[in-house]
Amino acid sequence: MNKTWIIFKREYLTRVKKKSFLLLTLLTPLLFAGIMFLPAYLANRESQEEHKVAVLDRSALFLGELNDSKSTNFHFIQQEEFDDVKDNLKDNEYYALLEIPENIISANRVIVYSHKQINLDVKNHIDDELEGNLENKKRTELIERVGVPDLEEQLNNTRTSISVETIKLTEDGKGKKGSTEIAMGIGFAAGFLIYMFVFIYGSMVMRGVTEEKQNRIVEIIISSAKPIQLMMGKIIGLAAVGLTQFLIWVILMGGIFIGAKSMFIDEDAMQQMAQSQSVMMSNNEATAQIMENIEPDKIQQFYEQIQGINFTQIIFLFLVYFLLGYLLYSSLMAAVASAVDSEEDMNQFMIPITVPLIAAIIILTNVIKNPEGSLAFWASHIPFTSPIIMMVRIPFGVPWYEILISIAILAASTFGAIWMAAKIYRTGILMYGKKPSWKELGKWLTYKS
Amino acid sequence: MDFFNIENVSKSFSKHQALTDVSINIKQGQVFGLLGPNGAGKTTLIRIINQITAPDTGKVYFEGRPLRPNDIHQIGYLPEERGLYKKMKVGEQALYLAQLKGLSRRDALKKLKYWFEKFEIQAWWDKKLMELSKGMQQKVQFICTVLHEPKLLIFDEPFSGFDPINANLLKHEILKLRDDGATIIFSTHNMGSVEETCDHIALIHKSKKILDGNIFDVKEKHKTNTYDVVYKGEFEALQRNLGAEYEIITHNESERVNELTMKYLNSDSHNDLLMKIAKNAQVVSYSERIPSMNEVFIQEVESNNLKP
Repeated sequence: MNKTWIIFKREYLTRVKKKSFLLLTLLTPLLFAGIMFLPAYLANRESQEEHKVAVLDRSALFLGELNDSKSTNFHFIQQEEFDDVKDNLKDNEYYALLEIPENIISANRVIVYSHKQINLDVKNHIDDELEGNLENKKRTELIERVGVPDLEEQLNNTRTSISVETIKLTEDGKGKKGSTEIAMGIGFAAGFLIYMFVFIYGSMVMRGVTEEKQNRIVEIIISSAKPIQLMMGKIIGLAAVGLTQFLIWVILMGGIFIGAKSMFIDEDAMQQMAQSQSVMMSNNEATAQIMENIEPDKIQQFYEQIQGINFTQIIFLFLVYFLLGYLLYSSLMAAVASAVDSEEDMNQFMIPITVPLIAAIIILTNVIKNPEGSLAFWASHIPFTSPIIMMVRIPFGVPWYEILISIAILAASTFGAIWMAAKIYRTGILMYGKKPSWKELGKWLTYKS
Repeated sequence: MDFFNIENVSKSFSKHQALTDVSINIKQGQVFGLLGPNGAGKTTLIRIINQITAPDTGKVYFEGRPLRPNDIHQIGYLPEERGLYKKMKVGEQALYLAQLKGLSRRDALKKLKYWFEKFEIQAWWDKKLMELSKGMQQKVQFICTVLHEPKLLIFDEPFSGFDPINANLLKHEILKLRDDGATIIFSTHNMGSVEETCDHIALIHKSKKILDGNIFDVKEKHKTNTYDVVYKGEFEALQRNLGAEYEIITHNESERVNELTMKYLNSDSHNDLLMKIAKNAQVVSYSERIPSMNEVFIQEVESNNLKP
């Protein structure tokens, strides 16, 4: 049996079988989903609760004019009741007490008393209702005063709202709904995930090599297998662990995504949306009309736009960039780990290796705002940053030849790094006692095996 | 035909010369002692045999033909600085190392069962290595070294870390392996164990081989014609008989016997000496001082240190 394979198997199985791996792999998506959906879920629940708000209207402008909402009920009270309600807010039926002053039109301010800090929904509703009411009143008064009969209508006509709908044209001329925000989100997630994977699994390689060297098991193993087999078995084994984790995440996230979809969106709306989409393909004019009628809410829009993204391409390129980037960095880390005896000496060599990785994360925020800029272009071609930066750019759309060139440069550099690492590793793994210099590492490259 | 030949091997690491023109012949079934002070080049030589490193110049032959990569399956190596994966289970770990030596999983399991029973350590199979004591870990390492039944075994300081009982057990096992046909290279500083186990030694010092030969011949070559004699009789008469051919080192007279340590300058035959002493004295005991390997080692290394 091939020895690299035997080593690969050990590296893979010992890690995948660990409880901590299983726990982390299974819990992360759940945690992630929790962070995403829990606030929405809670907000949803909260708003179903009714809050009774007592209103003392000294201006006498609003009696019967304030509309209740799902969560807020207005209940007008008299001046005599005011003190009683205010003093007993803690125990009585009212959630809050709204006091509208006589001079509300000029003062533009009201007071809300409550025992607890009132929630945002209630506050917003009070705000909206009062504003809307006052605005209407002022406008009616104004129209009466100036005497232009259709002023109301004219004013309404000046109101403008533009919805910017981005449609990305694909090669075959078909339009696709896109969203800058979602591309940003996915780009950021993909870039950051690569950064994390490379960092976490690269340091696992490093720790593995250090462990073998410090345990002195390396001498036993390389009297059975070649150093390069040990190094590559370890690196590839850990890559497989990373891919396994990623795969489980993709499957779990997909499950959560679909589950959440059915929870938040009812079937009818989905069907309508599908119809509108098919109509849009053939007739853009008519679509506008239909879209206006349906008025899809935010979540639906989100799902619609997410469906416009080519996940197959993104996942495929993610795997390519993850593997190449990981191989590039982990082979360098393996080389460094093989050369030094102690963790302290490691830092001197680790810093130059991690600097480009961290630089990529810093560049990332810039690239995400301007994915077509020259910084983005160069950073997505330089092999040390390209795995992260190119992944950020891809959801925005990158010409295929740019991707190809970037992958080619990265692959060539990775190959070179592995070659170099193998040479350093072979010598370093058996060197004990002294801290080598960069110059010495360079010399090892020229040693005969 | 020699079993393992190293011919004119040199190796250097940048400025450091690790081996200079070293040649060694090891015969089938020998226990070959590879001796030398720290840093002499023993480990480099062992690494060359294990094909961990290649010599700069010189040739290495195994069973009469140049050493090949696959020959590592015929070699078992127990390094001086040895360790195993601390968090891996003993059984899994032994299986892994056996598979790396080219054994199939099934063969490895069968053989491991045999050895674990022999050392009565079946209960360790599912324990993590870190749960074992150092001596216990060494036993596991020993099993991993010999499991694939190599033709050539290399032990580098095998007894370090063992208590006397286990060291004895180990020595017994090593000699048994030799009896079963294995050839053994034995690298150690413990000259006592060299004398007990080795047939042949080579001494390496400052990258060069300075001594090589059968252990009996080597000692014979290093003897100084010093004799310990215990006798009854008169010292003066004895002195007269010996004439000018001796040099007295110590002489103790007591009530019953006298003890004499002397160097015989005419080194032809010690039977002559015995006869001369016996003429006037009654010999209680008579023995020639044969140097221990320890003395040979120190003498050789120190005399070589004096050389420019």
